[in-house]
Amino acid sequence: MTTAAYQIDAPAKTTTLTHQYVAFGIMTAFFVVAPIFIYPVFLMQALCFALFACAFNLLIGYVGLLSFGHAMFLGTAGYISAHAAKVWGFPPELAILTGTAASALLGVLAGALAIRRQGIYFAMITLALAQMIYFFALQAPFTGGEDGIQAVPRGIMFGFLDLSNQMTLYWVVLAIFLFGFLLIYRIVHSPFGQVLKAIRENEQRATSLGYKTDHYKLIAFVLSAALSGLAGATKAIVFQLASLTDVHWTMSGEVVLMTLLGGLGTIFGPVAGAFIIIAMQNYLAQFGQWVTIIQGLIFVVCVLAFRRGVIGELGRYLKKPL
Amino acid sequence: MFELLGISPQALFGQLLIGLINGSFYAMLSLGLAVIFGMLNIINFTHGAQYMIGAFVAWYALQYFGLNYWWSLLIAPIVVGAFGIVLERTMLQRLYKLDHLYGLLLTFGIALILQGFFLNEFGSSGLPYPIPPSLQGGQNLGFMFLPNYRAWVIVFSLVVCLVTWYLIERTKLGSYLRAATENPTLVQAFGINVPRMITLTYGFGVGLAALAGVLAAPIYRVNPLMGADLIIVVFAVVVIGGMGSILGSVVTGFALGIIEGLTKVFYPEASNTVIFVIMAIVLLLKPAGLFGRTA
Amino acid sequence: MKLSRVLGLAAVTAFAAGTASAQISDNVVKIGVLNDQSGLYADLSGQGSVVAARMAAEDFGAEQKGIKVEVVFADHQNKPDVGSSVTRQWIDRDGVDVIVDTPNSAVALAVNEVVRGSRAAFLNSGAASSDLTGPKCSPNTVHWTYDNWALANGTARAIVQAGGKNWYFLTADYAFGHDLEKQVSIVVENSGGKVLGAVRHPLNTADFSSFLLQAQSSGAQIIGLANAGGDTINSIKQAAEFGIVRGGQKLAGLLIFLTDIHALSLDVAQGLQFTEAFYWDLNDSTRAWSERFAQRHGGKKPTMVHAGVYGAVLHYLKAVEALKSDDGAKVVAKMKEIPTEDPVFGKGQVRADGRHVHPMYLFEAKAPSESKGPWDYYKLIRTIPAEEAFRPLDQGNCPLVKKG
Repeated sequence: MTTAAYQIDAPAKTTTLTHQYVAFGIMTAFFVVAPIFIYPVFLMQALCFALFACAFNLLIGYVGLLSFGHAMFLGTAGYISAHAAKVWGFPPELAILTGTAASALLGVLAGALAIRRQGIYFAMITLALAQMIYFFALQAPFTGGEDGIQAVPRGIMFGFLDLSNQMTLYWVVLAIFLFGFLLIYRIVHSPFGQVLKAIRENEQRATSLGYKTDHYKLIAFVLSAALSGLAGATKAIVFQLASLTDVHWTMSGEVVLMTLLGGLGTIFGPVAGAFIIIAMQNYLAQFGQWVTIIQGLIFVVCVLAFRRGVIGELGRYLKKPL
Repeated sequence: MFELLGISPQALFGQLLIGLINGSFYAMLSLGLAVIFGMLNIINFTHGAQYMIGAFVAWYALQYFGLNYWWSLLIAPIVVGAFGIVLERTMLQRLYKLDHLYGLLLTFGIALILQGFFLNEFGSSGLPYPIPPSLQGGQNLGFMFLPNYRAWVIVFSLVVCLVTWYLIERTKLGSYLRAATENPTLVQAFGINVPRMITLTYGFGVGLAALAGVLAAPIYRVNPLMGADLIIVVFAVVVIGGMGSILGSVVTGFALGIIEGLTKVFYPEASNTVIFVIMAIVLLLKPAGLFGRTA
Repeated sequence: MKLSRVLGLAAVTAFAAGTASAQISDNVVKIGVLNDQSGLYADLSGQGSVVAARMAAEDFGAEQKGIKVEVVFADHQNKPDVGSSVTRQWIDRDGVDVIVDTPNSAVALAVNEVVRGSRAAFLNSGAASSDLTGPKCSPNTVHWTYDNWALANGTARAIVQAGGKNWYFLTADYAFGHDLEKQVSIVVENSGGKVLGAVRHPLNTADFSSFLLQAQSSGAQIIGLANAGGDTINSIKQAAEFGIVRGGQKLAGLLIFLTDIHALSLDVAQGLQFTEAFYWDLNDSTRAWSERFAQRHGGKKPTMVHAGVYGAVLHYLKAVEALKSDDGAKVVAKMKEIPTEDPVFGKGQVRADGRHVHPMYLFEAKAPSESKGPWDYYKLIRTIPAEEAFRPLDQGNCPLVKKG
């Protein structure tokens, strides 16, 4: 796998990252102000998908592994946390944690199998594993089949945050998103992240330098799975619903689209990509299948002419990696 | 001895035969994918959509031009193959220098566009396509009633697979093809137009998908989504067989059809999953697939 | 049963009387048609339901009565998450007062939960789940057209009585299929029939040949199709291919719509028996209404779902007029109070659990030779009177119904 392939601009000196802090400040400020003029439920949906896309980007952008089955983590966590909140009566924070842990566990199993191969093979294996999870979710008794798990209680977080209040819920979701986002940022800029990038650039060389690349890849895979799970679990609490949509392979395709559109291997790209796609799905919903066609067109345009994505191009224009 | 499994030998034969029919579709589709992958190193996600378009071409030809099934077997692969050639010339060609994954993403995008377009035009409940009169009816084999059309599907796809295998493995043209996969520059130096060969190969692979689509039309109804779910199963077949292996994809296609058929008898709930389970096991034991070269 | 109904009604009216502010929000009654606009159920609901809702508003004479009615629609893509977020948005932001149609039980149950406790109402016509008026019933919801219980009851009982004693099921392997299989099995056994077995097939199966062979070798007289949409169509079609009907076994479609028969063609569908709430060719009144519908919907005759949307919206508007308010739970309470009457379902009633009761009909698909042209597909076999067509009020476990 070569650098040219991904067209990720090598980060400038790691010392000059102030502009990333500025960008982070702008993003956070936007989310704090946004609910005044944008419908909060839409924002929460976008935040969940933004976290999902960021988690996915950790694999494709920083390890160079394209997973085509990431929906399995989003969906599994959704089902588990919905079940925990509804049937076991867990408070929301525990339900979300349980869901996330379930996805992490699934990540260990799927990862151990998938990282044996690279490139296209990796993509196909993850896809096939996700199909298995899909059929499991369709048939397992606790998932409710096509109905999904419905009427999941939002509950009271930490005993005092009443999540049935929409704005309280919004702040909680925003906090979860920022936590995940910053965690990914830390991972990417840590020595561990440097090794991941080395593997992306040239796995043989990383191996010859004495790194057990499989370990690193597996850890990255599990982290990505767990954070995707966090997004899925939060989504289930927000929408009070866990359904098959979140485990279907088209969802795996959508997260690829979000990340690609925003910019592979950029910190802010997946967030932007997720917002654009979710906004499009929301506002064009009445046009039915045109949404699919437009998504397909975006894929084609991004791959042919626009491989850096929105934020990647912006970063190049500003000459600063975002 | 068969009674031990809780099923009479008659019923078992019936199920094996049905598995073979489904295997024919897997084999033809995975064959096309394997040919394309072998030459272009691209995972053709559009394959399912092209299979679907093949069926629609047949429907359209019958509805508006009165051209029957037999004409469609000829026309659909040519039309869809030509469409594939345009795709290759205008889009895929630009990606050969990049990572293979971009090919996957591009073809995925194209598949979405095509699928969305056909859904808009024709809705999702599907259009009926009659079985050609000469193949209607069926034979009572004693252990089961075999519709003539299904028998035809097995025979026809076996022939197509064998011819393709022969073309690629046993003819001069095929040897150029295989050589060009190994070392395009060298083959080019012998005066062979490699880019054109690649284009034609893609057209051929896509044509195979369309042919399978025409075969499927009388059985499954012509439906914009008919390829979408099938394609993922076929991916798994190709992975199990070993990417790019012609023989591997054909043999695995038929074999998995049979295994899936047996699953439908003994544990029907798992019949959609069994192929993926086999894939996971194969990858654990033989990462390059059953017939694949180790990468 | 009668007593419990009265008690149930009393409970609901008491609840409605609790707050009494009579007005129509934003001075407009906004009807949101939420259904499948592009997928599997687009033909049986889709734009046709929008047409039906508009016709109801016109026939009600909204303009003359000074009530402004607006109809909007959205595509739920058969995804519960899409359905529930559209509903939320409609209620929170766009001032939609009533959500109608919503085929696909999964989506309907999700919408039901969002509407519960809000200021909107939910008039379901398209979904099959009996839970909407059972354990999941809601003071904001009316379920108009049909449900699994009614389908199972209508089709299975009639077939067993006609001598189809031994059943084998082809069941879609998920909640809906299991539920339908269970309901039908109960009816079959209670009517003196026998269930020989079932094979579970995965959802959206393309090839049914293996399952059909298993059904064939079971030797059952009746093969019950506990599946829906494309799965039903494919199983019927392939059953014809494998000569199952010619071999003497009969198929029983448990969820079949006019548009399915239209797509299958009578060649394939002939002889199939199924239960529906409405058929355009029932009587003069339905014929006249369906003719008007067809004129506005590209010549296509209405399905029972379209008819249900019409009936439910018409009755809803009557309740709004009587109440001078469009507050969801109050209107629904009023809908239960006044008896229903419309050109499509005739006279009927909305029960305390939200179930609209009316006669159901057992139909058989005609042979091609009996059909006089397009859309002439059904033969009426039996009319199931309203009182036995639906699950008795006290058997649904609906919390709104006080146990008597």
